[in-house]
Amino acid sequence: MSYRQAYYDEPLLFEKKGNAVEPADLSDVPQSLRRESLALPNLAEHEVVRHYTRLSQMNFGIDTGFYPLGSCTMKFNPKFTEELARLPEVARVHPDQDPSTVQGALRILYELQELLAKISGMDAVTLQPAAGAQGELLGLLLARAYHQDHGDGRRNEVILPDTAHGTNFASAGMLGFHVKELPSADGRVDLSALKRAVNEKTLALMLTNPNTLGIFEDRVVEIAQICHEAGALLYYDGANFNAILGKTSPGKMGFDITHFNTHKTFTTPHGGGGPGAGPVGVKKLLEPYLPVPAVTFDGTRYALGWDRPKSIGKVRAWLGNFALLVRAYAYILGQGSDGLTGITERAVLNANYLRSRLQDHLPVPFSGLRKHEFVASGAPLKAKGVRTVDIAKRLIDHGFHPPTVYFPHLVDEALMIEPTETETRETLDAFAEALIRITREDPAVLKSAPHNAAVGRVDEVRAAREPILSWRMLKDSAAR
Amino acid sequence: MASEEEEMLRAMGLESIEDLFADIPAEVRTEGLDIPKGMGEQDVVRHVTSVLRTNRSAETMPTFLGAGLYDHFVPASVRAITSRSEFYTSYTPYQAEVSQGLLQTLWEYQSIICELTGMDAANTSMYDGSTALGEAALMAHRINGKREIVIPRALHWDRLAVLRSYIAGPGLVLREYGYNRRTGTADIASLRAAVGPDTAAVYVESPNLFGRFEENLAEIRQIAPTLLVVGATPLALAVTKPPGEFGADIVVGEGQPLGTALNFGGPLIGIFACREEHLRKMPGRVIGITRDAKGHRAFCMTLQTREQHIRRERAMSNICTNETLMAVASAAYAAVLGANGLRSVALDNIRRAKRLAERIDHVMGFEAPVFAGAHFNEFVVRSKTPYSKVARKLLKAGVHGGLPLAAHFPELGETALFATTEVHTDQEYDRLVAGLEAGR
Repeated sequence: MSYRQAYYDEPLLFEKKGNAVEPADLSDVPQSLRRESLALPNLAEHEVVRHYTRLSQMNFGIDTGFYPLGSCTMKFNPKFTEELARLPEVARVHPDQDPSTVQGALRILYELQELLAKISGMDAVTLQPAAGAQGELLGLLLARAYHQDHGDGRRNEVILPDTAHGTNFASAGMLGFHVKELPSADGRVDLSALKRAVNEKTLALMLTNPNTLGIFEDRVVEIAQICHEAGALLYYDGANFNAILGKTSPGKMGFDITHFNTHKTFTTPHGGGGPGAGPVGVKKLLEPYLPVPAVTFDGTRYALGWDRPKSIGKVRAWLGNFALLVRAYAYILGQGSDGLTGITERAVLNANYLRSRLQDHLPVPFSGLRKHEFVASGAPLKAKGVRTVDIAKRLIDHGFHPPTVYFPHLVDEALMIEPTETETRETLDAFAEALIRITREDPAVLKSAPHNAAVGRVDEVRAAREPILSWRMLKDSAAR
Repeated sequence: MASEEEEMLRAMGLESIEDLFADIPAEVRTEGLDIPKGMGEQDVVRHVTSVLRTNRSAETMPTFLGAGLYDHFVPASVRAITSRSEFYTSYTPYQAEVSQGLLQTLWEYQSIICELTGMDAANTSMYDGSTALGEAALMAHRINGKREIVIPRALHWDRLAVLRSYIAGPGLVLREYGYNRRTGTADIASLRAAVGPDTAAVYVESPNLFGRFEENLAEIRQIAPTLLVVGATPLALAVTKPPGEFGADIVVGEGQPLGTALNFGGPLIGIFACREEHLRKMPGRVIGITRDAKGHRAFCMTLQTREQHIRRERAMSNICTNETLMAVASAAYAAVLGANGLRSVALDNIRRAKRLAERIDHVMGFEAPVFAGAHFNEFVVRSKTPYSKVARKLLKAGVHGGLPLAAHFPELGETALFATTEVHTDQEYDRLVAGLEAGR
């Protein structure tokens, strides 16, 4: 497919002329605080709409094309859930309203908790966390509270496989825990290394299954046993949940805590980087520590319950990213048991199919099946002076968003590809053919790619050398 | 004819879909999900809409709740812009060349926040105002290694609870200062007593929980021995001096009033801005300006070495997914209103708070505002009768009253926080006042 992204030499908002400043009567503002001017332009409404419409046309979304970002689950975002989330009964409802006036909202939260508990094989769910990483933070706070409550407060080590997402490390670090990194063996957790790593100081093991190589950790029962025997808890990173719906569950695998990424598995839109939602599910033993308030139902009325004396408190204000949770709820009801299982089947089929199309052209380290994603290596092209970043940028010229690159670190020159279930064989074939063609192309064409995006290769080093993060800093830098 | 799936399986030499799951051991296998079967789009929409219709929205029930979230009027253009699917169906703009539109928009958002706050740098968002405060406390500790965060007693309880969760890692300690019982603003003597040699940062809000502007920021800056973190409301900053002019080091706040709907409490957006000297200790994603290969101006994510995917357990924060689309909404809202519009809405919200407080004060059995001085959006009302009784009467009259404060501020007696914005009509004020008269 030939592709050419729109380009406008669009000025910054601040470079636009705009209308005159109108005088303001500041007599109602306390004297010591009065602000005489605000340096924002006064533009006609249609000028603003044009500005952002042009900018949007210089942006690639799922609605534009194939977006095979590994571990990000970029699948089609249904349009009907957008319409539901815009209803005034979502948009113009205050979270502090009397429960009698928000029964619908509470019912959706309650039922979504129940649905997520069943999907994950967990006993209780909180919808409070704003994103997956916040779910991790909460999960570790729960683990800490549990151990402290059981007189085991010295546990301060979190074990992470070397394939784990960066957020796992950062969540542990943020809470001051010591991270023990486990080397992989054949793309899976090395059980003997795990046995050496766990001890009386282990707080939890955080595991993604399938892992970020797309490989199912088939010895997960033994992993769970090793951790539990040492008194540690098991945390399931739900980023790759799309690979297992209806086939297995964190609960069945022996995990104690899991988070969900509604913006991945339940396809609430990524919004350019957010918002998402990161509900957390736990087994019974951790329920007393969940955040307040709990959403409860007595058979007649939905309510908020604050009676959780052992609760860790809160990780964000109010109840969670409700407008995203409504979308996830509607999506899950629409798919149902049959649909969700079918999603996993097709996602896994697509990933294995695409891998089979590519593996003779780009190596895919580690044998065996993949689940929803796989990691290829661009290393063979290094001899020609071509790096994975060049392959990624050249894919843009074919109208494809590049895969996740240089992650996981285990694979040299990694290209992490997650096609998702919403792509057809035709798209997968076109992507495979483009990638195969790229491996044979003149290195000079790749090194200078992209050629058809709004701009050419962007100099990220320069941006970091002299960071200019605002109009204010830009003006200062121009004045220097 | 074989289906597409069968053809794909055959191309891989597989027989059935089940072959793709042979790597999941039987002992952990589940057979399907124990939830209802799927429904068509029409049925889901009908069901979810009917459940949602049992909510009372501000559309049909005037609501005088605030406490950090406000029902402002958002022009349709803002929603039209955030509904551009090129924006809302995109991922984090790691691939700068195909993401210039979002990157420029976010850079403009950062610039707008910097102009409002008087800071040099802003990130593209935190989850909400409460987590922005939590992150600011951690950042202060990173900057100076000190362990005490000095916070106001007049702080929303959710913000306090979230702050406690965020400082749990390094085990920072909270020290509280009181509020002046007449003005509702910082009690200076109590603040002096709360700071000490181990103070990492002093946190002050303006407008604060009681809707009161903090008029002594210059003095508070003098008292704060190290970093000053200011909690601000972006709309109020359109007509009040930026915290940067008072020497703030970090400015945080709930950005919801800038173009984001109430959404029953989420998604919201946490504002986070700081001085240039602290930039490399700042959490979250930031967009910088640079050039492309042809020398054109271009934008990209920058200083990523602070972030989780590079720095891992030593990252400034674990945040990855943030509230980017709300940043787009904020930028669009500020651009549509412009400086003139933002200032006029801000002034309107000061005047409305004043007028509504006067009207409530005239109702027998109520005193408003409890605190003297200018308010933004909201103010404390004291009631002679238990407020829960008043609230019930108001609900019967089809009006949602303010947020009860007695559980958190028993020293104030029977009080509630009432908020108003430009969405309220005269008839809605009349309904509120009539309800209060009936409820006293």
